[in-house]
Amino acid sequence: MAPARRVLVTGVSSFWGGKLAQALERDPSIEVIIGVSPDDPSLELERTEFVRVGTQHALLRRIVQAAQIDTVVDSRLIVDSTTASERVAHEGNVIGTMNILAACAGPDSPVRKFVFKSSAHYYGCEQDDPAFFTERMQRPHPPRTRLERDIVEAEQAVASFAERNTDITVTTLRFVNGLGPDLRTAHASLFALPVLPSILGFDPRYQFIHEDDIVAVLEHAVREELPGVYNAAGDGVLVLSEVASLLGRRLAPVLPPWGTGLAVEPLKLLGVKVPPEMVSQLRFGRGVDNRKLKAAGAPLRHTSRETVQAFAEHLRVAAIWRDSAEPYRYEREVEEFLRYSPSVRRSTDAPENLQA
Amino acid sequence: MKQLPAPSKDLRAYLPAIEPERQVSDWGRSERVEGVLDKTLYDFLYHYWFRCEVEGIEHVPADGGALLVSNHSGALPPDATMILKAVKEEHSRPRPVHLTVEHFFKGNPLFSMLVAKIGGVPAHPANVQRLLYDEGQLVLVFPEGRKGTEKLYTDRYRLRRFGRGGFVEAAMRAQVPIVPIALVGAEEAMPVFAQIGVLKRLTGLLYFPVTPTFPHFGLLGFLGYLPAKFRIRFLEPIPTDQWGPEPYNDRGLVQRVADEIRGRIQDELYDMLAKRTSVWL
Repeated sequence: MAPARRVLVTGVSSFWGGKLAQALERDPSIEVIIGVSPDDPSLELERTEFVRVGTQHALLRRIVQAAQIDTVVDSRLIVDSTTASERVAHEGNVIGTMNILAACAGPDSPVRKFVFKSSAHYYGCEQDDPAFFTERMQRPHPPRTRLERDIVEAEQAVASFAERNTDITVTTLRFVNGLGPDLRTAHASLFALPVLPSILGFDPRYQFIHEDDIVAVLEHAVREELPGVYNAAGDGVLVLSEVASLLGRRLAPVLPPWGTGLAVEPLKLLGVKVPPEMVSQLRFGRGVDNRKLKAAGAPLRHTSRETVQAFAEHLRVAAIWRDSAEPYRYEREVEEFLRYSPSVRRSTDAPENLQA
Repeated sequence: MKQLPAPSKDLRAYLPAIEPERQVSDWGRSERVEGVLDKTLYDFLYHYWFRCEVEGIEHVPADGGALLVSNHSGALPPDATMILKAVKEEHSRPRPVHLTVEHFFKGNPLFSMLVAKIGGVPAHPANVQRLLYDEGQLVLVFPEGRKGTEKLYTDRYRLRRFGRGGFVEAAMRAQVPIVPIALVGAEEAMPVFAQIGVLKRLTGLLYFPVTPTFPHFGLLGFLGYLPAKFRIRFLEPIPTDQWGPEPYNDRGLVQRVADEIRGRIQDELYDMLAKRTSVWL
C-alpha cells in the first residue's frame, strides 16, 4: 500500500489534531494536509488548509473527492462530556462519525486509510471489570452514560465500515486519559485543585497517556499500517493516592461512596465539572493492556507515572507564567494571505500544492 | 514502505518494565501497606497466635506461575493471609502471592482500598491468566469461594463443591502447575455458628455470620480469632501440560481434574485431623 500523501485531519482545532497537522507539515513527502473542524484551529498551522465544517461533517465527501484524500484521521470524537453539551456531543460523535465514514466509503473513494481516535471510555468502569482490558474484550455491562453510549455506537459504525471496506486500512485507537500542559480535560482541572478529592473508601487505578504520545501514536498510525483496534496508554497503572503524591497533593476522601453524583456538584464552584464517566472512574478505576500497540512499534515515550510527573512540573510553573504568552488566534484573512497571495515569497522547497 | 514485524502471538515481551521508584504494583498492591501489616499483624498471627506449622513448602515452584488451591473457611478468612505469609517465611525464594477475591470487594467502600493493597485481585479469568501466564506469578484461589466461608461449624473440614472447575481451566490455559494446599485450624479460629439472612440483606455484606465475637463486639469482633493451631500442608504439584494441547476445551477432563484435586485435599485434611491431638496446641 502506498504511504500517506494526502491527509485530512478532522477535529484540527483540538490540541492533538493541531499537533498532528504540525507534525505532518514537517514531512515534505506529505503533499496535502487539510484540517476540518467546526471551530478555529488553536495552534498555528503553516501549510495545513483549514476548512470550517458543521458539527455533522455533512459535506466532507466533496472535500475528500476534490482533494483526492488518501488518509483520513478522525480525531474529533468528544471524549470529555464537560466540553460539550450532551446534544452537541451526540451530534458530533454519532452523526458526525456516520457522515465521515460515508464520505470515505464508496467504490470511487480515494481513501485508503482511516484512523479513528476513540477512547477507553468504550470499556466503561464497573465493579466486575478485568484489571486490564484487552482490545478483544467486551464491556461487561451496557454503557451507563450518554457519552459512553455515543462512543460505543461510533465504534460500532467504524467496525462495520472496516468490515465492508476491506481495502481500506482502518485503525481504531482507544486512548486512556490524556494529560499534559496543553490539554484541558476534566481530570486536568481536578488535579489542579490544591487537594485531590476522592471517594471515601476507594483508591481507583488510573492509567494516563502523555499528550505528546497521543500525537506520536496518531502520527504512527498515519505512517504505518495498523489495521484493527489498539489500546493507547502509557505503561503502568497508578492508584489515585499515588497520583496525589506525585502531584504533591493530599488525597481528600471527601466524596461519599453513596450519592457521589450529587456530592460532586459543589466542585463546580471550584471550577471543576465532574462528568458521570469521571465519577465511575473515581470509584472503580480502569486499566488497559497496551501491549498490542507496543508490539506494533508505537512510540510511547512516557509511562503513566512520568506523565503525571510531567503534569506536576507543569502545575508548579503554571501559576508563574500564566498569561505571559498570548494564545494563538486563528485569523482567516491573514492565513489566506500567507498561503495564496502572490506577494508572499515562499521558500523553494515548499510543496507544490499551494498553487493547486 | 518499512514492513513492520508481524505482531507475535506472545505479548509477554511487551509487559511494562518495573519502575523501582514505585511502591504500588499495577494491580494496586501496595508494598508499604503490606509491609506494615506484615511486620505487625501477620507476624503476630503467624508466629504467636496461630503458630503456623508448614509442610512441603518446596512444592511451591521457585519461579514461573503456579496456581495454589486451598480449602477455605472462617467468616473473615485468616487462611489466605497465613498461606501468603507461609510462602514469604518458609520458601527459599519468597515471592508475592496474589489472592483472587470476589468482585464484591472492589465495589465495597469498607474493603475496596485494603483488599487490593494487600494483594487481592478480582477473580476475573483474564486477571488470573495475566498473572499466571504473562507475569508468571503465584495465584491463590479458594474454589469453594463463598460456599466455604459461609458454611457452619458443624460442617467443618467438609469441602464444598469446587465451583465449576474454573480454576483448573485457568491453570490449563496458562500452562502452569496446580499446587493443592490442605489447611487445618482456620475452622476453629473463627467458627461460624449461624448465618442471619435478614441482616445480610440489610447490611449488603456477602454474609452475616454469628461467631464467638461477632456481631456482639461490633466490627472489631470480625478480627476476634481464637488461637487455634494452624497446620498448612503444600501437596505435590499437578502439572497441567500432561493432557496435550488445549485440554481446557474438554469439559469432562476439567471436571475430573477438579474433583481429583478436591479429593486429594479432602483426604489430606482427614489425615491431618486424625494426627492432630489438640485443636489449640
